[in-house]
Amino acid sequence: MRKARIAYGGAIHEAIEWEGRLKLDDGRIVEANKVTWLTPIVPRTVFALGLNYADHAAELSFDAPSEPLVFLKGPNTFIGHQAYSRRPADVTYMHYECELAVIIGETARHVKKEEAYKYIKGYSVANDYAIRDYLENYYRPNLRVKNRDTCTPFGPWIVDATDIEDPMNLKLTTHVNNKLVQEGTTADMIFDIPSLIVYLTSFMTLSENDVILTGTPKGSVDTTVGDVVVTEVEGIGRLVNTIIGDDSFANR
Amino acid sequence: MTRARIKVLGERNLALVDVHAGTNTVVLGNRVLSVNEIQFDNPIIGTVYGTLLNYKGALEKLGDAVNHKPYSSPPLAPILYIKPANTFNHYGAAIPIPPGIEKLEIGAALGLVIGKLAVAVEEKNALNYVAGYTIVNDVSVPNESFYRPGVQHKARDGFCPIGPWIIDCHEVENPDDLAIRVFINGILQQENSTSNLIRSVSRLLADVTEFMTLSPGDVLLVGVPEDAPQAKVGDKVRIEIAGIGSLENVIVDESEINGRGKI
Repeated sequence: MRKARIAYGGAIHEAIEWEGRLKLDDGRIVEANKVTWLTPIVPRTVFALGLNYADHAAELSFDAPSEPLVFLKGPNTFIGHQAYSRRPADVTYMHYECELAVIIGETARHVKKEEAYKYIKGYSVANDYAIRDYLENYYRPNLRVKNRDTCTPFGPWIVDATDIEDPMNLKLTTHVNNKLVQEGTTADMIFDIPSLIVYLTSFMTLSENDVILTGTPKGSVDTTVGDVVVTEVEGIGRLVNTIIGDDSFANR
Repeated sequence: MTRARIKVLGERNLALVDVHAGTNTVVLGNRVLSVNEIQFDNPIIGTVYGTLLNYKGALEKLGDAVNHKPYSSPPLAPILYIKPANTFNHYGAAIPIPPGIEKLEIGAALGLVIGKLAVAVEEKNALNYVAGYTIVNDVSVPNESFYRPGVQHKARDGFCPIGPWIIDCHEVENPDDLAIRVFINGILQQENSTSNLIRSVSRLLADVTEFMTLSPGDVLLVGVPEDAPQAKVGDKVRIEIAGIGSLENVIVDESEINGRGKI
């Protein structure tokens, strides 16, 4: 099942995909283009992976890491499907990152690799934008690059874990203005999903609605104001986002 | 007497009370209670952001290394990190020390509790966005490098005791002049002051909210002073911040803790 959180008719609802439309939790059936999409869950702690695809690491001139390169993201950065991400006027390089998002379903500590999938309740798609102009070599990638308001679209929905036979064999693509710019497969992750859960729970407790953004493959290019960026993970979802500029904001 | 908000374990909401930061007592109705007679809960509901290298002495310790690899240049914008929900801990609770680790670093931090949505605030108005001040023990597994995010050093269970209370913003005349002391087993181990910050409280709020919004209930730590003392199993750790109060915790072997923070 695919579940979304949306706003419709002045209230927030859960909704499921229903023959190309959405069925709300109060029984109403509505057209998908009539709702405002929120993030599919309210995330608790969000982990993101840097350099978790060998081809992307090479693209950025890094050796593949020997242990997962993990950083955290705050709630200010998340927006839903069909929303807008802000590109500051003074930057030269803002790129998308299409990622498979793993959503934890229950409390997890010291998890064994063969049991790791048991702790996952579902999957979604995230676009983990980075603004490379702001990179500094302290806690890299620093929050000014990776935790900006509106710069992590997440959705459209959460797909039940039981509906996905093999999350380690899904195609990832990004299209900018309908042109294919990024293509890869989750099969190429350096640290696969069970390894990431084993790693994190070896030193901390994970809880329901913690999210792991599992990294992005090769294919980062600059995006500009007005670009429509579609990040898609096969069988999980197609996440649409539009880049807007500073002139939409009073606080330029 | 000082106005403060406390969260008592099992209570749904924060309570507004009078406290004595000096004697560590709380006035509840006509009773005066010592902090040790109250079971505190963590008073924070938002996201806790730490700030790296914001004490002059802490940056000086890096010396010329900031100009060499991997850093290559001194920090420009505030370097932040997140203390996630699993790290939250409260006054009087145990801080678990993981197996194989001898000592933990005690990070004595002033926490700015945000009172209203703070987007690109100006330095001169920044304090209007602060609801109050609290004490945070930003615990770390000791680690020399600041190159990669220190999740495995800073984000372990129970590594972020907060409290005992949130002192109302109006009670603190100048947050940039607060003495900070750390005692381990009653012996003074560290002394510093927020007067040694590189970015003052207002400057930090302005520079952080330039690139990310802080929401009501979020906490921004102003930084950890250099030469953070280290503590081992059994040590009682107390962080005092002048006018705010003192936060006390004990270091306990992780295997002795059932459920987070409970011995």
